[in-house]
Amino acid sequence: MVNEWLLLSPAAAFAFAALALFLIDAFTPEETSGVVLTAVTTVGAVAALSVSGGLLLSGAAADGVEFFGGQLVVDGMALLFTFVFGSVTALVAIASLDYIRELPYKAEYYLLVSLAATGMSLLASANSLAVVFVALELSSLPSYALVAYLKNNRGSVEGALKYFLVGALSSSILLYGISLVYASTGSLLLADIADSVGDASTGYPGVLGIGILMMVGGFAFKTAAVPFHFWAPDAYEGAPAPVAAFLSSASKAAGFVVAFRVLLVAFPIQTVVGTLDWVLLFQVLAVVTMTLGNFAAATQANVKRMLAYSSIGHAGYALIGLAALTNAGGPGAEATVLGASMLHLLVYGFMNTGAFLFVALVEHWEIGRTFEDYNGLAREAPLACVAMTVFLFSLAGLPVGGGFLSKYFLFAGAVGAGVWWLALIGAINSALSLYYYSRVVKAMWIETPTEPIEIEQYPTALYVAILTAAVVTVALLPGLVVFDTTAFEAAAALF
Amino acid sequence: MLIEALVLLCLLGAAVVFLAPDRYAHELAFGLSIPPLVVSLYMYLAFEGSGNALLGGEIAYETFVEWLQFGRYAVNYHVGLDGISLPLVVLSTVLTTLSILSAWTPIDDRQSEFYGLVLFLEGSLVGVFAALDFLLWFVFWEAVLIPMYLLIGVWGGPRRKYAAIKFFVYTNIASLVMFIGFFALIFGLGDAISSTGMPAVAEALRAGQLGTLGTAGAAIAPDTLAMAAFLAMFVGFAVKVPIVPFHTWLPDAHVEAPTPVSVLLAGVLLKMGTYALLRFNFTMLPEQAAMLAVPIAVIAVISIVYGALLALAQQDLKRVVAYSSVSSMGYVILGLVAYTVYGVGGATFQMIAHGLISGLLFMTVGVFYNATHTRMIGDMSGLAGKMPVTATVFVAGAFGYMGLPLMAGFMAELFVFLGAFQSTVLPAAPLFTAIAMFGIVIVAGYLLWAMQRSLFGPFELETDYEIGRAPVHDIVPIVTLLALVIALGVAPDLLFEMIRDATLDVIDVGFGGDT
Repeated sequence: MVNEWLLLSPAAAFAFAALALFLIDAFTPEETSGVVLTAVTTVGAVAALSVSGGLLLSGAAADGVEFFGGQLVVDGMALLFTFVFGSVTALVAIASLDYIRELPYKAEYYLLVSLAATGMSLLASANSLAVVFVALELSSLPSYALVAYLKNNRGSVEGALKYFLVGALSSSILLYGISLVYASTGSLLLADIADSVGDASTGYPGVLGIGILMMVGGFAFKTAAVPFHFWAPDAYEGAPAPVAAFLSSASKAAGFVVAFRVLLVAFPIQTVVGTLDWVLLFQVLAVVTMTLGNFAAATQANVKRMLAYSSIGHAGYALIGLAALTNAGGPGAEATVLGASMLHLLVYGFMNTGAFLFVALVEHWEIGRTFEDYNGLAREAPLACVAMTVFLFSLAGLPVGGGFLSKYFLFAGAVGAGVWWLALIGAINSALSLYYYSRVVKAMWIETPTEPIEIEQYPTALYVAILTAAVVTVALLPGLVVFDTTAFEAAAALF
Repeated sequence: MLIEALVLLCLLGAAVVFLAPDRYAHELAFGLSIPPLVVSLYMYLAFEGSGNALLGGEIAYETFVEWLQFGRYAVNYHVGLDGISLPLVVLSTVLTTLSILSAWTPIDDRQSEFYGLVLFLEGSLVGVFAALDFLLWFVFWEAVLIPMYLLIGVWGGPRRKYAAIKFFVYTNIASLVMFIGFFALIFGLGDAISSTGMPAVAEALRAGQLGTLGTAGAAIAPDTLAMAAFLAMFVGFAVKVPIVPFHTWLPDAHVEAPTPVSVLLAGVLLKMGTYALLRFNFTMLPEQAAMLAVPIAVIAVISIVYGALLALAQQDLKRVVAYSSVSSMGYVILGLVAYTVYGVGGATFQMIAHGLISGLLFMTVGVFYNATHTRMIGDMSGLAGKMPVTATVFVAGAFGYMGLPLMAGFMAELFVFLGAFQSTVLPAAPLFTAIAMFGIVIVAGYLLWAMQRSLFGPFELETDYEIGRAPVHDIVPIVTLLALVIALGVAPDLLFEMIRDATLDVIDVGFGGDT
């Protein structure tokens, strides 16, 4: 039996990295080289991902271990998502070395990334509504500042402001929802809420129902799902591309993990179905989110914005994990589809991060942002374009990467859980998505550039991050088997 | 282990060539395509399988490793070959090596990417024919699309972007339709199967274990489900074959694709569709196939006649060959639906024969084009005098297509007609056979006419350079293919024996014809 405090070390690794960056910046402001700052952040993230991955695969926390009187819980799901956060943070930190090389306030940048990652890993373990709120803010507030990091760039500032305003609004909605839930159940601990939610749904159905509804709104903001999605395209487009990668992969996954835990543990659908049928709610949200995301992505002229909308579409796919819990296929089928949703977020963490980092690479070269600007890029940078092709086809669900398997799991799981129509809409959306993803492939490989592309140097760190993400994406096709049992068990443990 | 070695050799070769500098790429690619060729030929010589891989036969070179567990279904890494898939694997490796040689002249831009993609395509194709688990098979099936899309899109003719995206969209939507159809079957089988393995599914379906799909409110009865799944899969594969009316992507793709890519497209990719029809529709759901025998045979005959008539109307020599593929694939469908030994076996034999002959014709047209830079039939009269060897091979290949005895095409068509004529599954089988035979006449007509106008007569093309004989690396592949076509025509048992052995169980469903 491992020491149970070891289970908190992934979150602590992020926090220590942040503290170390504080210290470095306090003693040598503006002098420290980017390499040291990147190294500190990366070491923290790699420590978090390797410890959480090791603990996850060893099954040390299969039953869940509670800390601080039940405020935090570390179980399979928490470790799986911490693994995702660690991976994304490490990739983003490495890629940022080149991306922000010429920019000021490097230490602050890395500090904010580490703090946001700390918040996310706490969010994955949050077992009471108070911790949920604190951790959500800890991950959101640094994100607002990160989006505005290019403070002389109008898009960056505008995106950040939009993100902040919607974020502040949805935080307050979430907080108000928490207070209503507290008012009707008398507790903030998820387990205690679960105990009293049956009485509350007969005693105060209105208060409880509105409370849950408002909390769902708060989670929708974090996952960039409809109806709180409209900040995402502007924020992702305006933000530095590594930050967009961080937000669209890690931050989105954080929103999902907290939604999974709060809804499944505190508000079991069988108990609250008479008050608020959140499964039905998520069915609507999933269909609208994936359809809207895909159709909006198909009409974009800007690659980064297309990826932003595609990220909304993928939020819609992941929502199937909650929308399929109709109890039609039995508990085994429900755990399967929820586990499939977790696996999709895991694979998505690599393929989507990689795609945004490729955009970062192109921005680094100052080539441009539209599809036309990508024309003929493969002649100049074939290796990076192979990686981008892998990301895009994997996002589209073609079997070059793990995205094919995780989507297949998700749709087959939905059919198994009795909501075949949801799987059908997902599959059609997924087939449509190939259209806009392949536009980028076509631009890179088939089109000829309108004016010659000149690339002076190939940034090592960005390449390392992109190629690592590509290798992992491909490896997750045969290798998803490493995680699938643990993901399904982690999902089953929530019921 | 040999199959893994084969696929890995292709993929490693692809990676090496991709990273190599352009000026060495063509020789390197040719060299790296030899080991997979040798491995596949060894597999042919050392083949010890028997029976059908899906129906309890002895699977050769089998590998079975547990891969994923999803819900109650296991997904396994399961590959192996039988008498149907082995010839197609050998066809893939042979045509890849030869098409790499035939690419030396026309491909003069981004060579390392081109040859890398060709080798990647080869690895995926081998995977398609070797995979025995549905999900694994689907991985390779879809993976084929990516290199083909890029090969047409980057190195194609003037309308390459349109042709590439049309190919991509058509076949990808078809894949989705097929995927949904097959998964309906898997869910309909329920507890009767514990994996997505194709043998398990085939045996459960033939044992009649298909259950009701859906809940009590919206249930789909087994018969309806089987029929719907058959239709979904048939449409999905028909696009790939292609069968009229799903054929419109093919002429575009062929005309725009560079010669070596056309060779692989016609030679191997079309066979993916017919192979899948045989493996899935006709092996797994024979009763539905028998029920739909008449409509399928009608489509087959329409494909034969209409494809041949379209070929007759073309001015572009490459389009002639492309449309004739639609016609030839019609024979395969007719053979399959006959459900006799010679029908199904002949259809499989026709896949190989057509792969070789159409590859031969596309390559020869490519050699003419390299010399004259035109493919318009009227523009290049009298080429026979300038390029005697190439012209001879083209004439021989065309006669092979028309079904000259002692060539592979003759044997294939003979088998198909024999099989179709004897069919007891297909009502009015002799009538269908007779109409299909009439297709041969049209084929002879358009090929003779095209040859007469392009090869013979006075040489009138004005060029500012001397048109000479084709280089050796252009001649070697077409002569090799011609030799193979004749070899299979003289001794069809080189392949037909193992094909027959593997197809016996397919037709053995209680209503098969004369064995």
